[in-house]
Amino acid sequence: MGVEQEKRQVRNSREEVDYVQVIESRSFKKLMRDRKKFIVPLTIFFLVFYFSLPILTSYTTFLNTPAIGDISWVWLFALAQFVMTWVLCTVYVKKAATFDKQAEQIIDEMEQGRKSR
Amino acid sequence: MSATVIILFLAIVLLTLVITFFAARKTQTAGDFYTAGGGLTGMQNGLAIAGDYLSAASFLGIAGAIALFGFDGFFYSIGFLIAYLVVLFLVAEPLRNLGKYTLADMINSRFDARKVRGAAALNTITISTFYMIAQLVGAGALIQLLFGIPYWMAVLIVGVMMTIYVLFGGMIATSWVQIVKAVLLMAGMVVMTFLVLLKFNFNIGQMFTDVKSVTAHGEAYLMPGLQYTDPLGTLSLMLALVLGTAGLPHILMRFFTVKDAQTARSSVVIATWVIGIFYVLTLFLGFGAAAFVGHETIIAANPGGNMAAPLLAQAIGGDWLFAFISAVAFATILAVVAGLVLSGASAFAHDLYGQIIKKGKTTEAEQVRAARYASLAVSVLSIVLALFAQYLNVAFLVSLAFCIAASANLPVILYTVYWKRFNTTGAVTAMLTGLLSALILVSISPSVFSPVEGAALFVGEPIFPLTNPALVSVPLGFLGGYIGTILSKETDMKRYAEVKVKANTGYKRSGVSH
Repeated sequence: MGVEQEKRQVRNSREEVDYVQVIESRSFKKLMRDRKKFIVPLTIFFLVFYFSLPILTSYTTFLNTPAIGDISWVWLFALAQFVMTWVLCTVYVKKAATFDKQAEQIIDEMEQGRKSR
Repeated sequence: MSATVIILFLAIVLLTLVITFFAARKTQTAGDFYTAGGGLTGMQNGLAIAGDYLSAASFLGIAGAIALFGFDGFFYSIGFLIAYLVVLFLVAEPLRNLGKYTLADMINSRFDARKVRGAAALNTITISTFYMIAQLVGAGALIQLLFGIPYWMAVLIVGVMMTIYVLFGGMIATSWVQIVKAVLLMAGMVVMTFLVLLKFNFNIGQMFTDVKSVTAHGEAYLMPGLQYTDPLGTLSLMLALVLGTAGLPHILMRFFTVKDAQTARSSVVIATWVIGIFYVLTLFLGFGAAAFVGHETIIAANPGGNMAAPLLAQAIGGDWLFAFISAVAFATILAVVAGLVLSGASAFAHDLYGQIIKKGKTTEAEQVRAARYASLAVSVLSIVLALFAQYLNVAFLVSLAFCIAASANLPVILYTVYWKRFNTTGAVTAMLTGLLSALILVSISPSVFSPVEGAALFVGEPIFPLTNPALVSVPLGFLGGYIGTILSKETDMKRYAEVKVKANTGYKRSGVSH
């Protein structure tokens, strides 16, 4: 079955689920708020952390000072980028599990809402 | 070419053909063809993403760049990896929840407009074409070096192989070729790293000290600035790298091969670990090549440094390791180009033919047939283009593909999921502004115009100073989408609400959803 064809079916049945009502429901608004509170600051953080590497190496030289033997700070900062990526991945997965639970609850409410009407 | 090289080379060809044979029997529907029926596990898809992403440019190019330029070679690795945080945080899950086979499906879940689908298909085709030419030209040059056969023959071998995988085995064969390649590549990297560390007595501090003393650059080798001297140019490149991945059609397509957002998420996490470890290991390969092969020998084999890793294998592991690493490089190329054929074919067969020309009224058998014809056409076209593009700069083509992906695809993806006011006009203007600004700025950049004869396509002063225009074209893509949106009065709150609920909860109506 083609996608457009599916969409027509979705449109016909759209009346059954009032999505506008769902996005205005308390539980959905809470999910959106929680997601935003988590994703926006962390996205800003990793972008700033990432761009600070080329900005610092392009406009300053202080990362070129040695840290451990011949290994200078720039290498440690580069390594920190890898560590940050893995840490944020792990943190995201943990947090996303709670979003999954919230989403499940919202779907339950939607199903009940449809049946009760 | 030694007997070992030929045997390993044939072993890889045989293995991938066996995979294709079994995949072909399982490929019945359009869903099987484009998305392996959506049945991959997180582990499988994670490895396949790594296999799809880690191209010969990463494997051979970055190892070579580190060998020749030290720290600056490492910039690419960092950008290519952190890009996955953008994918994980902002793109992967909504994409899985809203899309079916292609990026255009995802955008069209909010706008039922043919022009939106057409623009999305145009972007996919443009990005995949540049990326494909880069991969095939690189592949041709590498196989020529590794196996000593002419360029045209090398391109034909890779071209025929990728055509067979996709034509007969679709996404199932492509995925498994990518998984096998990822495992082989990582195994090769670990063995090489181990041997390099053995030579340095597992003393990393010693490795830095030794490498500094053997390269021609001395102290400067361990500092940034050997390759990238223009601050804005460096920032622009880093921007294209970090945002481009989340807009690459062949990577995005991989998220439709899993059953839900949770699996999409776990596959990004697996991919991020594999890709991250891979890029850490490229450092040891680069340093190893600088220390045990030497600057002169690397340059003599290939001025771009592409032979650094195979030469290192020869130096530390002898003929057998050289043969193995060459075979891995070959598998690497095959896995990436197969993914690209599939993404190009999906834009032609599913978006342009199935949805725009046939308006979605096609039978399952017609869809599969269209997908196969399109795969064949895309393959043949790519091979022909690659035969004529032998002397184009590969690194430039790859960074251009990332720049177009970041400028033309990422703004529309983010707006579709996260911006309430966004509308049909905005979607079209976002995609076209991003695409055109990237293409136009590149065509007047130092990559195309250089005052030095032979350094670029044309002789002349570049009008635009940045080699990679992402710093300007990405904001233009976002701006184009914004202006297009506010100039049109159209809004559809109901549709936005539906998209928002589905993107965030994975909710699908039983019976009507896919």
